[in-house]
Amino acid sequence: MNRLTIGQLKGKYPFIVDYFEQNKLDTTGYEDRTFQEYIDDFNQEYLEDWAIDREKLVGDLWEYIEQMKQFLDLDDEGSVDSLTILPGYDKDGNAETFGGITIRTSEIISIVGPTGSGKSRLLADIEWTAQGDTPTGRKILINGEVPDSRWRFSSNNSLVAQLSQNMNFIMDLTVEEFLELHAKSRMVEDMESIIEKIIYAANRLAGEKFHLETPVTSLSGGQSRALMIADTAILSSSPIVLIDEIENAGIDRKKALEILVAEDKIVLMATHDPMLALMADKRIVIGNGGVVNIMETSEDEKDILLDLEKIDAIIQGLRDDLRSGNTLQFNDIGEVMGKCMMDAQEFLKAENW
Amino acid sequence: MNLIIVSGPPSSGKTSIILKTIDALKQRDIAVGVVKFDCLYTDDDLLYEKAGVPVKKGLSGSLCPDHFFASNIEEVVKWGNRMELDMLITESAGLCNRCSPYIKDVKGICVIDNLSGINTPRKVGPMLKFADIIVITKGDIVSQAEREVFASRVNSVNPEAITMHVNGLTGQGAYELSTLMYDEGQEIDTVQGMELRFSMPAAMCSYCLGETRIGEVYQMGNVKKMELGDENE
Repeated sequence: MNRLTIGQLKGKYPFIVDYFEQNKLDTTGYEDRTFQEYIDDFNQEYLEDWAIDREKLVGDLWEYIEQMKQFLDLDDEGSVDSLTILPGYDKDGNAETFGGITIRTSEIISIVGPTGSGKSRLLADIEWTAQGDTPTGRKILINGEVPDSRWRFSSNNSLVAQLSQNMNFIMDLTVEEFLELHAKSRMVEDMESIIEKIIYAANRLAGEKFHLETPVTSLSGGQSRALMIADTAILSSSPIVLIDEIENAGIDRKKALEILVAEDKIVLMATHDPMLALMADKRIVIGNGGVVNIMETSEDEKDILLDLEKIDAIIQGLRDDLRSGNTLQFNDIGEVMGKCMMDAQEFLKAENW
Repeated sequence: MNLIIVSGPPSSGKTSIILKTIDALKQRDIAVGVVKFDCLYTDDDLLYEKAGVPVKKGLSGSLCPDHFFASNIEEVVKWGNRMELDMLITESAGLCNRCSPYIKDVKGICVIDNLSGINTPRKVGPMLKFADIIVITKGDIVSQAEREVFASRVNSVNPEAITMHVNGLTGQGAYELSTLMYDEGQEIDTVQGMELRFSMPAAMCSYCLGETRIGEVYQMGNVKKMELGDENE
């Protein structure tokens, strides 16, 4: 590799252009020379002015190429099909009793428990692929095996992508520029069709459609959330997506989960919203730093979900009516509420309340 | 005693990260002390005191904080040893982005935050490029895409470093960072004779010596001029 000219390197590893750009190295005119020769041409003043260490810059380039080669290979063989959490201990050192849980791609798991109960710790264990070396003593397996350390240390192979209520776009870019930038950092080949796919998905989620020319910072709350979800589902390299609540306003949450699941993500969702929690296949209950229980969403609970969805649909409908300037009508709500009340009464009767 | 040099742009979350990491180290009965370097003002020492962490602060005043750091680090290490610490962390704000506080064979950590913008990795010099560990903060308030782009740019200016995300508010990732920081085998009694990883920002001109008047006749020593080009260019 040392003998290759910069031109040859660029041909073989197109991604090194990014390395040159980020390190402010203008290699024009040096295509026929090696990287070492290019660096050797810097005079002392230049090195001092721009705080350049020749040796480090050369070493870093080879390291960068190795990492990127590995990263590009991974797309084929590095797929994550399942995540297993093995029990450890709660804050008082009591053993967790759940016996382990395996979550497969396209499964949705909700995580419930009061603030400070240990949700962050559980997520940190997953992100760090803990091997009994964190305060909980939990172990994390990927595809049933002790995971490769690259999940810990490589910034290009982060295991967990996150979506939360507090997130904002801070870049001064249009939607198109923003997606291009992300796609470029992920080195996707068919940029145009990926961007189209994300926009299409995001617009399915958002109440109001937006365009490629819209600056990301002027998107509404719902639109931002929709774009973040679609982008994370389609463009993020992380196989696990962690959701910290999705607010009810301006976004179709059911479709949001569908999009993530359709992209073969493992979805973990910290939520106290019954509708979201019931959309999950299972829920992990956390208390005192430990996993207290793992519950399957029962058939009865799924029935509640149907009613909740109706209520939600009505509220969404009213929202749309408001937006388009219509008069709001109330009759449907009464019907659904009445049915819910009846269901509740039946339930209480059956339970001998 | 372990010595750890933590550096990073102002308000990137250094103190929060160190405090959360100390929580994790304390659980393992590791005695940690902190020396905070700053320029004009800091009350971060109070935060450390409140957390029961032995702390000293040094304000560089009119001097370059980096130079001030280098001239005091030996005494600081002696203080840490007198206090019988297992680990001494120095915290210094990189004020001009050209800072270069790391010492060869002493672990260097750079804290940098997602809010600073995706061009920041390019703007920061040796403080980022020569770090062993790069901690990225405030990932909970920017989008996943921005987080990924930022991390990949950090990686391209320092691919040899371990890059990790730590949340200074919830502490997510701080325990993991603490495991990378502590090295039972490392015993630093003195930094006498050790070498900086890279030279510090330099200047020795009339303004360094207190000159306040503007104009070419007052400029002496290491003076550098901008290239503004010719009007007709």
